[in-house]
Amino acid sequence: MRKFTEMNGVVAPMDRANVDTDMIIPKQFLKSIKRTGFGKNLFDELRYLDEGKPDQSCEGRPINEDFVLNQARYAGSSVLLARQNFGCGSSREHAPWALEDFGFRVIIAPSFADIFFNNCFKNGLLPIVLDEAIVDRLFSDVAQTEGYSLGVDLIKQQVTTPNGDSFRFDVDTFRKHCLVNGLDDIGVTLEDASAIKSYEERRRKSAPWLFASSNA
Amino acid sequence: MATKTLYDKLWDAHLVKQRDDGSALIYIDRQLLHEVTSPQAFEGLRIAGRQPWRIDANLATPDHNVPTTDRSKGVQGIADPVSRIQVQTLDDNCDEFGIVEFKMADKRQGVVHVVGPEQGATLPGMTVVCGDSHTSTHGAFGALAHGIGTSEVEHVLATQTLIQKKMKNMLVRVNGKVSQGITGKDIILAIIGKIGTAGGTGYAIEFGGEAIQDLSMEGRMTVCNMAIEAGARAGMIAVDQTTIDYVKGRPFSPKGAMWDKAVEAWQDLKSDADAEFDKVVELNGLDIQPQVTWGTSPEMVLPVSAKVPNPAHEQDAVIKEGIERALQYMGLNADMPISDIQLDRVFIGSCTNSRIEDLRAAAKIVKGRTVAASLKQALVVPGSGLVKAQAEQEGLDRIFIEAGLEWREPGCSMCLAMNADKLGQGEHCASTSNRNFEGRQGFGGRTHLVSPAMAAAAAIAGHFVDVREFTV
Repeated sequence: MRKFTEMNGVVAPMDRANVDTDMIIPKQFLKSIKRTGFGKNLFDELRYLDEGKPDQSCEGRPINEDFVLNQARYAGSSVLLARQNFGCGSSREHAPWALEDFGFRVIIAPSFADIFFNNCFKNGLLPIVLDEAIVDRLFSDVAQTEGYSLGVDLIKQQVTTPNGDSFRFDVDTFRKHCLVNGLDDIGVTLEDASAIKSYEERRRKSAPWLFASSNA
Repeated sequence: MATKTLYDKLWDAHLVKQRDDGSALIYIDRQLLHEVTSPQAFEGLRIAGRQPWRIDANLATPDHNVPTTDRSKGVQGIADPVSRIQVQTLDDNCDEFGIVEFKMADKRQGVVHVVGPEQGATLPGMTVVCGDSHTSTHGAFGALAHGIGTSEVEHVLATQTLIQKKMKNMLVRVNGKVSQGITGKDIILAIIGKIGTAGGTGYAIEFGGEAIQDLSMEGRMTVCNMAIEAGARAGMIAVDQTTIDYVKGRPFSPKGAMWDKAVEAWQDLKSDADAEFDKVVELNGLDIQPQVTWGTSPEMVLPVSAKVPNPAHEQDAVIKEGIERALQYMGLNADMPISDIQLDRVFIGSCTNSRIEDLRAAAKIVKGRTVAASLKQALVVPGSGLVKAQAEQEGLDRIFIEAGLEWREPGCSMCLAMNADKLGQGEHCASTSNRNFEGRQGFGGRTHLVSPAMAAAAAIAGHFVDVREFTV
């Protein structure tokens, strides 16, 4: 996994609540058996006016000019500013894959759906929860200033505005450790293989039916 | 000793290691696999040169992409080449790693959340995961069950554990009885309407109260299935005799002396009488009417007798904009009666409502009647090959076909339209599925979530009607 320590990037505002993972990456693109290449179909139904198909080039498709990611001022953005309950719905990890592939590294919102929030950390994408009032202010700053960017420092757990205001955010120690060092969760867990084995031995005795092979 | 909730007990029983940083390793008893969220996980194993930790803890079946029409040509008969490769990849991966899979031609194939319980592969007291958010379904068995992403699917394959942080405890209690004709679907939609789609975020929800205890296992699965639509990854219901009766004698269920030992252990799978919850929500069963979603989020739900909301009456700017956007997408006018919404299609199926009782409820309504001429299509998609066989044995297929509904092969089908079953742009659908998100059932499609009986009644009338007064 790619390491995340600090970055500074242009902010794109996604000004609607309850953005679901169907919206982030519609189902037809979930047919891929790869982890990459989802960026071109990020927010497909909002970005384009026609129905997107898997394995199709997006060049020449009719663009929804009103959609935020199609506006020149947000080109190259890497921070997505969002509203409450971002990433609700399906557990598809294709949603963070699409956001990451498009170029986002950070998503800031007042709240996230649990599964999506968790999936982000597995993919070098940092979801940051800030108070609703701060998020409101950032939406208004972004609207007023073309090229508005934010600095994000994961080590210091801090978001910094262009005029130097900074906001602290919380992050789980373990998730931070993995992201800062680009660690693979599985490798870390397998260091505890003996603890897993001894759990299984205990459990085999107390609840043997959980280990019986099926007769299917 | 401190009192515990059901969730506390399940957590404690599966705790492998509590780490100093607040995270924990939780043991996973059962992983269900399907074709959409597993290929990258198997690929990850191969790249890292890892083997599955415990092969017999996994069970697989293809469901999202499979055609619900003629399957005589097998996987090669799937018209969409991208879907075909995905289903084939699941078959190849399960063959390579030796994982039990109910392939497309197997009569046990079906929607993964229907298949697990039907086989007894979901047992009380288990931890159950799947790369699918509706894994919360299995919590109906007094299990800790939730959806995970593909990276976690790989993590469970490789380590039989998940890295977790304990959630908070919420109790949703539905007091008293519900009135005749009210189903698990109406109960869970009413709960979501009350607490919102983020109301359960960060919580494991336990559903309790008389109305929940009165439900069959199938009704309980419908309720837990949609816990995720209330924001909670996991929903669960205490074990009682209904649970034990359902589990007994299924292919993967324990047998003989092992069964007796298991049943004894399962008696404890309930919250202690004075257990403390971080949040308690109460509803009166008798207040619940047949529910219909009008908007683009499951929380946008009202009784069938209600009118579509008017954004002018909403104070909160974000909510107001949400209503306006939903009305525009859904092509509805503020204040119009929900019963005036004209339908184009009806879908009876999905992991929420495709079990035998769901099909019986729908068949009871359509028996001897005919689907409205204004409808383009009414689909019935059983949840598994075994549900299909059971329904056919009971003659339900004939009832549906004679009424003008289509009787299909099992799969996820139009719930998310990854296969060929989908809505056209602007079409309204009465659907027994779980999500009414924009585009969910097809590009530009408009979904209204209802119970199977309500969907069946809507199919006959061509618009929504209160199934309790249905006497066309």
